[in-house]
Amino acid sequence: MTMKIKKKDVAQALGFFLLRLCLGLVLFILILFLYDIIRKGAGSLTWEFLTKPPRRGMSEGGIFPAIMGTFLVTIVTALLAVPLGIAAAIYLNEYARKSRLTRLIRLSLRNLSGVPSIVFGLFGVILFVNILKFGTSILSAGLTLGLLTLPWTVTASEEALKNVPNSFREGALALGATKWQSIRTNVLPYALPGMLTGTILGLARAAGETAPIMFTGAAFYLPFLPRSLKDQFMALPYHLYIMATQHHAIETVRPLAYGTALVLIMLVLGMNMAAVIIRHRLRRKSRM
Amino acid sequence: MTIQTESRGDVRTAPQWKQRQGRQAIKESAIRAFFLSCGVLVVLVLIGIFILLVSTALPAFREINFWEFLSGKAWDPTSPEKAMYGILSMILSSFLATLGAMFIAVPIGIGVAAYLSDVANWRVREIVKPVVEVLAGIPSVVVGFLGIILFAPIIARLFHKSNGLNAVNGSFLLAIMALPTIISISEDSLNAVPRAYAEASLALGASRWQTLVRVRIPAALSGIIAAIMLGMGRAIGETMTVLMATGNARAFPHGLLDSIRTMTANIAIELGEVPYYTTHYYALFAIGLVLFVITFIVNLVADVILHKYQEREL
Repeated sequence: MTMKIKKKDVAQALGFFLLRLCLGLVLFILILFLYDIIRKGAGSLTWEFLTKPPRRGMSEGGIFPAIMGTFLVTIVTALLAVPLGIAAAIYLNEYARKSRLTRLIRLSLRNLSGVPSIVFGLFGVILFVNILKFGTSILSAGLTLGLLTLPWTVTASEEALKNVPNSFREGALALGATKWQSIRTNVLPYALPGMLTGTILGLARAAGETAPIMFTGAAFYLPFLPRSLKDQFMALPYHLYIMATQHHAIETVRPLAYGTALVLIMLVLGMNMAAVIIRHRLRRKSRM
Repeated sequence: MTIQTESRGDVRTAPQWKQRQGRQAIKESAIRAFFLSCGVLVVLVLIGIFILLVSTALPAFREINFWEFLSGKAWDPTSPEKAMYGILSMILSSFLATLGAMFIAVPIGIGVAAYLSDVANWRVREIVKPVVEVLAGIPSVVVGFLGIILFAPIIARLFHKSNGLNAVNGSFLLAIMALPTIISISEDSLNAVPRAYAEASLALGASRWQTLVRVRIPAALSGIIAAIMLGMGRAIGETMTVLMATGNARAFPHGLLDSIRTMTANIAIELGEVPYYTTHYYALFAIGLVLFVITFIVNLVADVILHKYQEREL
């Protein structure tokens, strides 16, 4: 009897050790990634690198146009994906009844989030660049990324709406408010911070995407800033791709590529971090 | 006295009040219609992607035999003698890299999920969960870059190759890309297993490990399978990592140490150079369509599995 128990305990210890090993491996890879990029990228991170355009066929100089390009395209993305996402989420959580249409919307939503990003790129080329004649531009790329981000913003906004207690809605309705009045005054204000969290996470992912913007507006090399929405632009992720694989002197521009990767990581993870902090604060608030 | 005036006031405003209510009802239904149309737009985007892909891919088949397109091994659209449009090697390459990735990501992903749901205390969970999200947040182009500079030299040395840009490298990176999906959905489904199952098992004298392996994981299996499929869908559709780390040779893949060119990478490489509205251009959209259909099916199956399992829980 005692032998049996012992065997079981050994199996458990071994099993749990294996599980810890899995987690350790994942953490190790993540830390290795971040460590390598920070160690080798920090050297190129100068003021000039952040504020000057590339020079000499991108083998010297900075990445300012790429930073600005990513910033601008993300704004276009947000302008499309955030209001639309929130509106669709309001429909799904506040208005929709259990119907075939609702099921279809949800199904489309989940499937849309699984569509490969390069397919979104192809779609952007056909719809925005060719049919709507926006050309390869910030507008086309931003709208393409907006559609890519849409399922994430809808899901996140709906999650935030779900977390608003039903008594908030009922309270307003009982006082004679209409449905929209109750949503506007009693639901949205409480859901907004949560929506913000999810939206930031979605936009951070969009800012790091490369495949959808490759053919819809990102430029290989532009030493100046775009002047209008119809201009091409440089973007951080695409710039990193160029510096890592397409440059004529890849080995000599490695430090610049590392620097670009570091800035991109800092941008994306910074946005992630902000979202996580907001969520953490919210949770603590709701616990009290 | 006051009561009288009030009631008189009410009488006077009653029609106005009704009118206002009518206007409000119109406004309310207009608002509802607006939100509904935003919801429907999501459906339209998905259908729109499909329709535009089909309509742009179709002209390719005026010159290419559809069957030869899917089963041909050679892809050489710019050949001066005879242009070849066979994507079989790309389809196989995509699946090769994805299966390699699943080989790594499935055991590790389930392991981490099980650790988080069954072993870790809440404090560890509170720290690890955001960390997994950070991993999910690393842009694919950065992962691809690290594949070139970190893993490629190691792989080259390990297998005595001139460079480490091959399917193994791609699989490794795709595993990292798919891990967060697999971890979070597997963990959700493990957490959704009714507590009574574990309690019954523990009460019968099983250890926590036995309970995990023989009761909780089997009970959550449908959710875990869905998680794996969603991770697979992500890996098949992933572009930048494979584009940067697998070498992109057009040859037919024979093993994990070969350089491969996936469907996604091929689109990314050639779409920038191809002249618009040529058969080659249309053929690239046809590859996109194949990719869309594959990921759609994978996601749909995962969705059906997840749904079935959610309904059972209710």
